[in-house]
Amino acid sequence: MVSLSLGKPNQQVFADTLLAFAQRDRDLLVLTSDSRGSGRLVHFGEQLPGQLVEVGIAEQNLVGMAAGMAAAGKRVFAVSPACFLTARALEQVKNDVAYSDQRVKLIGISAGVSYGALGTTHHSLHDLAVLQAIHNIDIVVPADNFETRAATAAALDHPRPLYLRLGKRAMGDLHGAGTPFAIGKAITLRMGSDVTFVATGETVQPAFLAANLLAAQGIEAGVISMHTLRPLDEAAIFEAAQRSRALITVEEHSVNGGLGARIASLLVQSACMRPMRIVGIPDEYTWSGSQQEIFDYYGITPGGLAQTALALLNGIGS
Amino acid sequence: MALQVGLAMEIAELEFKSIQYRRTILSIIKHANAGHTGGSLSCVDILNVLYNQVMDITPQNFASTNRDHYVHSKGHSVEALYTVLADKGFFPVSVLDTLCQAGSHFVGHPTRKVSGIEQNTGALGHGLPVATGMALAGKQDGRDYRVYTTMGDGELTEGSVWEASMSAAHYALDNLVVIVDRNTLQISGRTEQVMRLEPLAERFAAFGYAVRSVDGNDITALTDVFGHVPFEPGKPNLVLARTTKGKGVSYIEDAADWHHHVPSDAEFAVAIQEFQEAEKYWREKYGLLESR
Repeated sequence: MVSLSLGKPNQQVFADTLLAFAQRDRDLLVLTSDSRGSGRLVHFGEQLPGQLVEVGIAEQNLVGMAAGMAAAGKRVFAVSPACFLTARALEQVKNDVAYSDQRVKLIGISAGVSYGALGTTHHSLHDLAVLQAIHNIDIVVPADNFETRAATAAALDHPRPLYLRLGKRAMGDLHGAGTPFAIGKAITLRMGSDVTFVATGETVQPAFLAANLLAAQGIEAGVISMHTLRPLDEAAIFEAAQRSRALITVEEHSVNGGLGARIASLLVQSACMRPMRIVGIPDEYTWSGSQQEIFDYYGITPGGLAQTALALLNGIGS
Repeated sequence: MALQVGLAMEIAELEFKSIQYRRTILSIIKHANAGHTGGSLSCVDILNVLYNQVMDITPQNFASTNRDHYVHSKGHSVEALYTVLADKGFFPVSVLDTLCQAGSHFVGHPTRKVSGIEQNTGALGHGLPVATGMALAGKQDGRDYRVYTTMGDGELTEGSVWEASMSAAHYALDNLVVIVDRNTLQISGRTEQVMRLEPLAERFAAFGYAVRSVDGNDITALTDVFGHVPFEPGKPNLVLARTTKGKGVSYIEDAADWHHHVPSDAEFAVAIQEFQEAEKYWREKYGLLESR
């Protein structure tokens, strides 16, 4: 089986990248809600204490103050666990940032089921759904260290409010250093005529490995890293749908309202029908375990995704 | 930026403006057949003094961030804000005929699509965190601007108000001026019956504010209190403005029913009559015989 060289946690890469930019720009600020530890920002705070603003455990105030500081000319990154940032502070995200068009970068850390066995209070399986229903906030979910580094750099001067969703475990490297990256432009990791996995965030890795497993069985599976949900790279989806007999979306999110639902909606409304599966966390009390154990349970693994692909392809015949 | 005595408008002129503002507020609400009548009449003297006497915010400097800032946290009282912004020259008063009309930017709560509005508000408990962020940015940059926000008293039960209060005190934001429109009424009735707020001055003081109470419908008293900012170096400023909801129209005053009630034709005529009487009283008070 193909293996990937192991990198760092994406949120560590974010913190390191941001520190480098902040050292050259005193208007670049990080706001935290007692979240500098989990956000890997302790070092940032030690290096640039004047550029890390602590608001305490108060996510509504975190986002409101971030909007005010952005309005006053600062480049603001508000960092908080995704579960709290996009639920507790959702009205501030909607009104103070998105509706008011304040160009805050909202950084949802330890997203999805990163917190694992800490349970549902700490999971964010709703964030992509609710933010897609709010106008004027772009949504980026990097898969690996390269995408995280590139997305952080792109976020600096992004002309709209932005949500960047990051996880906490070390990620395998999927991309070479010269890979082009732009917000809103999907990255095709491999092409396949039988099935294409369209995955986002930390689920791109198992999708990529699943494609390798399928290749060993003579199945041509493509893989797209859909790191941006808004603006969505519709062209990449249509190309994959035309190239492949079937599509499988993969996300660390509820199957309701996330990447898969968005793509299904796009394809159906464009009369571009393809057999499709949406792989994510089903609508139930989430089974408990570590992130990997939860992925195992719901089939978000190389083996599980390969099985899903085989079942889907068998169902439609050749 | 402190009170500029050389440019200070006479108290008499401000009092005259308040009468005209009240007439405009009621007229645009009547025309739109919608609006937050009681709260707009309650806070308009505060906005009058802030925009005409205290704050350095003009159409000419609005594009700059290095000026005073205002966030209208009690966004439902937007008719008062629109009226004052029109008088300041941000847009012609005639466009207020489009208030709440289909396709108009002049919706029932402030939006930045309207010139002069800094932040979209309307959901309560949002203005103070945003203003706190603006004030902290000003401190960081060594700017001398101040940030003003007006909250309703009913709004004070929102938890985010107290989250931001902690931050404002923690970061010693004496460039932040928080005004509470303390009219003691909210949509369901008396604030003290809906959810007790008192002892309000003590509560704000305990959170770290320097608190001043003032008659929030008295131009002279408001001018005086804002002239003393910062009340205490290193503390955020809290102006507890004791007001009458619906101030200036007899049958609207201190009546919860008028939170967002629109006057009938007959009621509107009575109000216009009362504004004319207020003008007459104003002329007599200042010894002016000529009609302005």
